[in-house]
Amino acid sequence: MAAPGEELYQDRILDHYEEPYHRGDCPDCTHVHKDANPLCGDVIRMELRIDDRGTMKEIYFKGDGCCISQAAASMLVEKFDGRHIDEVKKFTAEDMLELFGARLTPNRQKCCLLSWRVLQAAIFSPVEVKGIGDRG
Amino acid sequence: MPPGILRSVMSFDPENYRKDFPILGRVIHGDRPLVYLDNAASTQRPRQVLESIVDTYENHYANVHRGIHQLAQDADDRYEAAREKVRAFLGAAALEEIIFTSGTTGGINLVARCWGDANLREGDEILLTEMEHHSNLVPWQQLAARTGAVLRHIPLTDDGRLQLDALEELLGKKTKIVAFAAVSNVLGTIAPAKEIIRRAHEVGAVALVDGAQSVPHQKTDVAELDCDFLALSGHKMLGPTGIGVLYGKRELLAAMPPFLGGGSMIKEVHLDHFSPGELPGKFEAGTPPIVPAIALGAAIDYLAGVGLEAIQRHERQLTIRAHEVLGRVAGVRIWGPAPERKAGIVSFTMDRIHAHDVAQLLDRQGIAVRAGHHCAMPLHARFGVSATVRASFYFYNTLEEVEKLGEALEQLKDVFRPRKKVAK
Repeated sequence: MAAPGEELYQDRILDHYEEPYHRGDCPDCTHVHKDANPLCGDVIRMELRIDDRGTMKEIYFKGDGCCISQAAASMLVEKFDGRHIDEVKKFTAEDMLELFGARLTPNRQKCCLLSWRVLQAAIFSPVEVKGIGDRG
Repeated sequence: MPPGILRSVMSFDPENYRKDFPILGRVIHGDRPLVYLDNAASTQRPRQVLESIVDTYENHYANVHRGIHQLAQDADDRYEAAREKVRAFLGAAALEEIIFTSGTTGGINLVARCWGDANLREGDEILLTEMEHHSNLVPWQQLAARTGAVLRHIPLTDDGRLQLDALEELLGKKTKIVAFAAVSNVLGTIAPAKEIIRRAHEVGAVALVDGAQSVPHQKTDVAELDCDFLALSGHKMLGPTGIGVLYGKRELLAAMPPFLGGGSMIKEVHLDHFSPGELPGKFEAGTPPIVPAIALGAAIDYLAGVGLEAIQRHERQLTIRAHEVLGRVAGVRIWGPAPERKAGIVSFTMDRIHAHDVAQLLDRQGIAVRAGHHCAMPLHARFGVSATVRASFYFYNTLEEVEKLGEALEQLKDVFRPRKKVAK
């Protein structure tokens, strides 16, 4: 068995899976992105409300998938809720694996990194203002 | 009759064969004996197949179809002997009808490209089913995009059987090809292949059978089925990866243009044109997977020794037991038909525990299963689930292994049972 802390199904991770932080819709969201792991079907969607100064006032996520993908998303949202987007830009994949904590095989690192990838894209994905897409 | 004889006829003992499979003796995570239930993805190989690979490379290897020297002749003889073994195994009329491919995907793509491009026009219909593997969906979607043909699908019942009464409406003058899996790689559903083929022929359509999950597990006779094409994969029937077979009726194959261009598939080549060679070389451009083909022949010898009827009977017993054992685990839902209507494939979901987590936790007990959409996303969408856990059997699996699966599932529920919350 894995050493304590390396255990995948430890209480901290199961708690995030069963009682996720900010799972749902973001009121007045300004940025949104959704992606999936095509090989396993895990899906994560992130909704953000970013103010003029680049602070993420609110982050919410939705998704479907394994314990790792959903718990990782909850941890990530909890960490960055209320923080500046520059901190997201500096947050590397290695940082994400460290935040998750449990040691993961390469195949399952993809589950953990899905939400990280979605958040990295979401800060550059403003919600399309109605009409703008129709011009030109 | 001595009692032992009747017993040996009636009962099938996988232990007689397990000793031939070195990998089945492995332990996982230190002390867990391997329970290999991922056979629909790929089976394991007996010594006889592994020895065939080594023997060819050590004693008989050269390129085929072009050498004068002794080794080239050896390789030729063995490669063509493998073709003959496949022909006899499938009940095909002629060697020209047996094309070595890279696998089922390679075979279906060959038909979609060569037969499809030559025979389909805008508005023609391609009939598939809702339970197909992506390899029997995407090549036809690509063909439809190239030709303007229309895709239609035989729907499934809620318990995962094909709704044959829909054929009345789905089959018509516009139907040019019906392509379907003889056995679903997710639900284990056994399609009434003979009837579907007969109905396809009644409207003048050709029929392609995806035999990837059927040929390894039940007797296949292409003459009796009267299918026009049948594709299979070597690695799902004890053979190596990279080798498969496309069976096609000779007159259809002869009328089709070649697939890949290159060496071996030609009669004459000039600087600006070529004429294609004869069957089956016409569809085997380039150096073929020589050693895998020969090893597939060894796999067929092995399967013939075990007997396809015996394999199917034993797998039925495993499937019945799996339904019993899994049915006792609270929160488990099995997808697909009742055991007597399906092959040795049992896909299931568990309440509150995602399929990937089930597979991960079973791996800790040494049990190898697959989790995900098993390359059948539309099928999963049909049943409203994103992922299932799949246990799939072969003749070397035992009833004890099925029991172990049930016990492990009981235990893993404890991981997710209500816990005292830790402070966040």
